Amino acid sequence: MKITRQEVEHVARLARLGLSGEEREKMQAQLNAILTYIDKLNQLNTSEIEPTSHVIPMTNVFREDAVSSCLSQEEALANAPDRQEVFFRVPRILEE
Amino acid sequence: MNAELTYEAVIGLEVHVQLLTESKIFCGCSTRFGEDPNSQTCPVCLGMPGVLPVLNKKAVEFAIRTALAVHGTVAPHCRFARKNYFYPDLPKDYQISQYELPLAVGGFVEMSDHGTARRVRIRRIHLEEDAGKLLHAGAMDQADYSLVDFNRCGVPLIEMVTEPDLRTPEEAAEFLKQFRAILQYLGVSQGNMEEGNLRCDANVSVRPSGSADFGVKTEVKNMNSFRNVQRALEYEIQRQMTLLRAGRPVIQETRLWDADEEVTLPMRGKEEAHDYRYFPEPDLVPVEVSPAWIEEIAASLPELPAERRRRFVQAYGLPEYDAAVLTGSKALANYFEECAQLHRDAKLVSNWIMSELLGYLNREGKDISENPVTPAQLAALLNLIRGGVISGKIAKGVFEEMIQTRKSPETIVEEKGLVQISDRDELSQIVDQVIEQNPGPVSDFKGGKEKALTALVGAVMRVTKGKANPQLINDLLREKLAGR
Repeated sequence: MKITRQEVEHVARLARLGLSGEEREKMQAQLNAILTYIDKLNQLNTSEIEPTSHVIPMTNVFREDAVSSCLSQEEALANAPDRQEVFFRVPRILEE
Repeated sequence: MNAELTYEAVIGLEVHVQLLTESKIFCGCSTRFGEDPNSQTCPVCLGMPGVLPVLNKKAVEFAIRTALAVHGTVAPHCRFARKNYFYPDLPKDYQISQYELPLAVGGFVEMSDHGTARRVRIRRIHLEEDAGKLLHAGAMDQADYSLVDFNRCGVPLIEMVTEPDLRTPEEAAEFLKQFRAILQYLGVSQGNMEEGNLRCDANVSVRPSGSADFGVKTEVKNMNSFRNVQRALEYEIQRQMTLLRAGRPVIQETRLWDADEEVTLPMRGKEEAHDYRYFPEPDLVPVEVSPAWIEEIAASLPELPAERRRRFVQAYGLPEYDAAVLTGSKALANYFEECAQLHRDAKLVSNWIMSELLGYLNREGKDISENPVTPAQLAALLNLIRGGVISGKIAKGVFEEMIQTRKSPETIVEEKGLVQISDRDELSQIVDQVIEQNPGPVSDFKGGKEKALTALVGAVMRVTKGKANPQLINDLLREKLAGR
């Protein structure tokens, strides 16, 4: 196995995913398959090739610094699971 | 681990600066401060699914301006990255920032350290977006919930990181002031720490003096004024030294400055929050900065604080210290120059600005933008002193009056009858009277006590309510006492 059970748990925690024991095993197997495939790709000699971060051959897409209209407060808050007056309301942030 | 060892601190700063663009970095929402909560948002800055960010060209230009002003190297090719973490002020659950390929690397800020120039090196400058603002109902550790305002979310920021070149809290605060001055000269930010458009975190460690190794560092956050930066660092350095002297280790952690209790406290939270899993931002294409673009921006840079400081020394003959204080803010330096156009004794102008004007502004906690005295008024006051119409001492009172009433100095001198008595005959009578009434100091002076003359000058000043020409009193007293 290329990825340990602990690593799967760590990644799940970072992504705030609550996985059952069964799901963890499934994820471990799937991630393992992905990493094995990447190992295969790693066999190619890429020393002469620039790493690709973007597939579209395009740079410098800008907008001018101009203000456009915003959502109204009501529109902005329309999907909020919880609100207080004109604020989004979220659970307290400090744990313990 | 030895009580006799002396330690030195090693400090590096991480500074976040809000850029003065009209619109946000990736959408057209206004960046205006102080608007109604959640009134300046759109699907892009709220992180709705399927939206795409588009980079604000002005934000890139401002970042390049800043990098060039601190002698940094602007990368010909840079890109954005996602910094992944969960926090309620971040609606996308990632911040668009830069990681492996920042906008600029290297550079330095020149500091004037009692006349000797010293360079604090800069590691990198990159662009990123600001997060929203969290408001806590009641005490932070007791509230059941927090409130979020996303107006600030997506405001353009630059993050500037220094090398660990700073050694004392004073130096760190001084560096920040210098950097702020550069930002203000460039017009890229207001640089106001209290309002949060300039924010600073510090990495601090201590080591035995002269050692080349670094000790274990802590990161100190939540310092929202120059004064707090200095005090937080003083506390933290002392704390670390005390630990080391007691043979105990410094723990690498993030600590928050508590300005009320004047202590740094470990931030509660989880270590794994630092696993940001950066990856190249797929929604934004890379940025290429051509040499032509850099040249164009370089050509538009204004005179910067270090150059202006040197010019003040050369052109006005000011001491290095005066030049450093006056050029510390663009507005103050402009004020000085306007005054110096109207009154030719530049050192006198500098003295009055540094002691009287800054004294007043500091006492009242005011900014130079709230200065009630126009350059023409200050110059007029100094002209009255140079012309012998009023003494420097009387002028201080007139200055106070100018601040209170905003009247011109001439009007105040006229209305209060403060014109200096320079009439020889009139003063001569007063001097005679004072000599008559003060036989003690008179005989002391004749007995060789030079200092006794001060008492007699003081007596004449009291009679004339400070209006007598001091040089003339001196001359008259000496003449008369020599002749008796």
